[in-house]
Amino acid sequence: MSPKLKRLILFGVAAIFLATAVGLTVSALKENIVYFYTPSEIDTLEIGNRAIRMGGLVQKDSIRIDGLTARFVVEDVNSQQAVIYTGALPDIFRGGQGVIVEGKFNNDTFNADTVMAKHDEQYMPREVADKLKEQGVWQGEATK
Amino acid sequence: MITEIGHFSLIFAFVLSLCQSLAPIYAARKSIDAIHNVTIRLAILNAIFVLISFSCLVWAFIVSDFSVALVAEHSHSSKPLIYKISGSWGNHEGSLLMWIVILSVFGAGLALTQKTMGLLQKSATLGMQGVISAAFIAFSLFTSNPFERLSVPALNGNGLNPVLQDIGLALHPPTLYVGYVGLSLAFSFAVAGLITNSVDRNWARYMRVWVQIAWCALTLGIGLGSWWAYYELGWGGWWFWDPVENASLMPWLVATALLHSVIVVEQRDLLKSWTVLLAITGFSLSLLGTFIVRSGLLTSVHSFASDPTRGLFILSILIFSIGPPLLLFAIQGPKIKTNGYLHLLSRETGLVINNFLLICASIIVLIGTFYPIALEIATGMKITVGPPYFEATFNPIMALLVIMMGIGPFLVWKRGILPKSNQIWIVAIAGTTVISAISFWASPELSISALAGIATAGWLGITILCDIFVKIQKLNRNSDFWPHILHLQWGMWIAHFGIVIFLVGALGDGIYKTESVARMHIGDKISLGSDSAVLQDISTRNGRNYEALVATLKLSDSDNKQIGMLYPEKRIYPVERQTTTEAAIRQTVTADYYAVLGEGNRADGYTVRLYHKPFVSWIWIGVIMMASGVATSIIIQRLKPKHTQTALTS
Repeated sequence: MSPKLKRLILFGVAAIFLATAVGLTVSALKENIVYFYTPSEIDTLEIGNRAIRMGGLVQKDSIRIDGLTARFVVEDVNSQQAVIYTGALPDIFRGGQGVIVEGKFNNDTFNADTVMAKHDEQYMPREVADKLKEQGVWQGEATK
Repeated sequence: MITEIGHFSLIFAFVLSLCQSLAPIYAARKSIDAIHNVTIRLAILNAIFVLISFSCLVWAFIVSDFSVALVAEHSHSSKPLIYKISGSWGNHEGSLLMWIVILSVFGAGLALTQKTMGLLQKSATLGMQGVISAAFIAFSLFTSNPFERLSVPALNGNGLNPVLQDIGLALHPPTLYVGYVGLSLAFSFAVAGLITNSVDRNWARYMRVWVQIAWCALTLGIGLGSWWAYYELGWGGWWFWDPVENASLMPWLVATALLHSVIVVEQRDLLKSWTVLLAITGFSLSLLGTFIVRSGLLTSVHSFASDPTRGLFILSILIFSIGPPLLLFAIQGPKIKTNGYLHLLSRETGLVINNFLLICASIIVLIGTFYPIALEIATGMKITVGPPYFEATFNPIMALLVIMMGIGPFLVWKRGILPKSNQIWIVAIAGTTVISAISFWASPELSISALAGIATAGWLGITILCDIFVKIQKLNRNSDFWPHILHLQWGMWIAHFGIVIFLVGALGDGIYKTESVARMHIGDKISLGSDSAVLQDISTRNGRNYEALVATLKLSDSDNKQIGMLYPEKRIYPVERQTTTEAAIRQTVTADYYAVLGEGNRADGYTVRLYHKPFVSWIWIGVIMMASGVATSIIIQRLKPKHTQTALTS
């Protein structure tokens, strides 16, 4: 085999492999993206049965705990969404806190698989802060 | 006073760095070789002043000097000493100074060793190191000065985030930084090699050890971070595909590619341009990692200091560190002459495949990490890319890599032929089949990907053992058996076997873990697979700077025999007004029991989470093995007599 032919084979194999890898990557990306919405956006959109993330504030006094099942309301200025979650809640989960829930809507209730709140009282998920800023109800920058 | 000494030392180090970067240029212009020696001295002096500066900062933290803004913001007099010290790098300004310390210590390390290296090359490399150092010290002095004073000293500090008050986290950043910053030296070697047009086998020989040191530290640093996340965050996982984890994984993948490609340059004088490119990319990705952590661009558990202006500064350093070197590469790259010739079936082809797969993997991680940001900038949509994406793309590529790792070491340099006897392949394939069959027989519900994972891990383990066997058998005919046996590729074998151990841990935990959650009152029982645990008591305890709620769980197996006690805690830190979860872990070689105490009260009961995680600790044993393998390889290279060096490896 001439060196040129060898190089051609090597590049050919690499190109085929790369194309497969790109194909795999793109399809995996398409299937595994989770979109992020606020409660009010959900009212205006057709979410259907897709898995999404929803971020807002936990409505004060909305938390009802029964065994392992927690029901609470995630709100922003214009809208409220009921959430149901079974499992262990994060340490700092209480009314008035920023929270992100991941899961699907079933009728009008959001069935969360994951509830995320940070190990920090002053923490506000960035997505939530941005959305609140957009809606003009941002309470100002929390201190570092 | 001490604080001012620290500040002035840093300013002085800045001036020294500037001189260090200009000296080689001046020397080359005037053709005075003696000035190159000045660069070397400057590099050592620079390190001394940076070290003085850093010691002053640590001192301010030790004595709790609350007139220093940084100490007041991040420390507290009630903190244990070790966390006062680690607190000095548990924040943006301090960690940046630590970054600078490591950068200049690496420079001084090169200045003090490798005496046989060409003077021009060494001086040019240190000059490049000086440029990076000057940029980072400027960053520290102008945007995030750690020595800033408060006009009115604070009475006491704000305290350190309790999640960070932990030994794992005291060690994780320094180790990771040694890895990140160690790659800066490879970067400087690459740029200096391009400028002086001296990318050759010698260049690779001198650079290799720095890549190895950086790689060891990077590996240990990532391992420590994952270990910390495992026991401190209380989520029971050890890798979350969090953007910041990805940010450290990308340079690791590139550094791993570099670690292998530099051998090809050293042995065969091939892949030279590629290796230069990898060295530049590796450090750029390290900078990108820092940028991600600092800018708060990505939501993450790690973003402890997010300030867009600081992010912008690092972004500009990043652009300057990628742009000009790539331009230089475009101009000087074609001058790199390749003398060798790539044979299709040879060790070097094997290493090309290794590099190719590693780069594919890092591109996959890059896409998954930055696609959300790109999409948000372009369309305003906010999305997340979760673990399933990485599992579907990253894992198959890694499986391919592991299969190749079984074959590569059997190939020899230049004209490669696979071992003549087919016995090895029969043994390897038979062994792999037996392992897969046994695991399938033990649990027939295993998915295809789980079985594939077990098979590849088994394949790698068996082929390494075969390789060791074959290489030792070959030696037997030689007269001086013992010295030669010590000079075999033990480093590679240990490191590669570390991957087998790591895979056992990752697969054991990934496939066989069990989990259960319950709301429990005192006296309640929770079952976990065939085992069970009883909540015996909930009590309170006072720690040094926290109060804790402690659960007492008695763990028993199916025959009601006691396995052990678990004491998960929930800690409340009054100074920082924060709560942390302290998981209780009963660690054994075959499995971990992992318990977490969640929220609750006496009346409603407490949430308790229990995990059984088979082989999970093998993950970190594997990581340690990988790092010690590369460390072994550094030692063996130094022990080898010069004349046998090429004879044995070729």
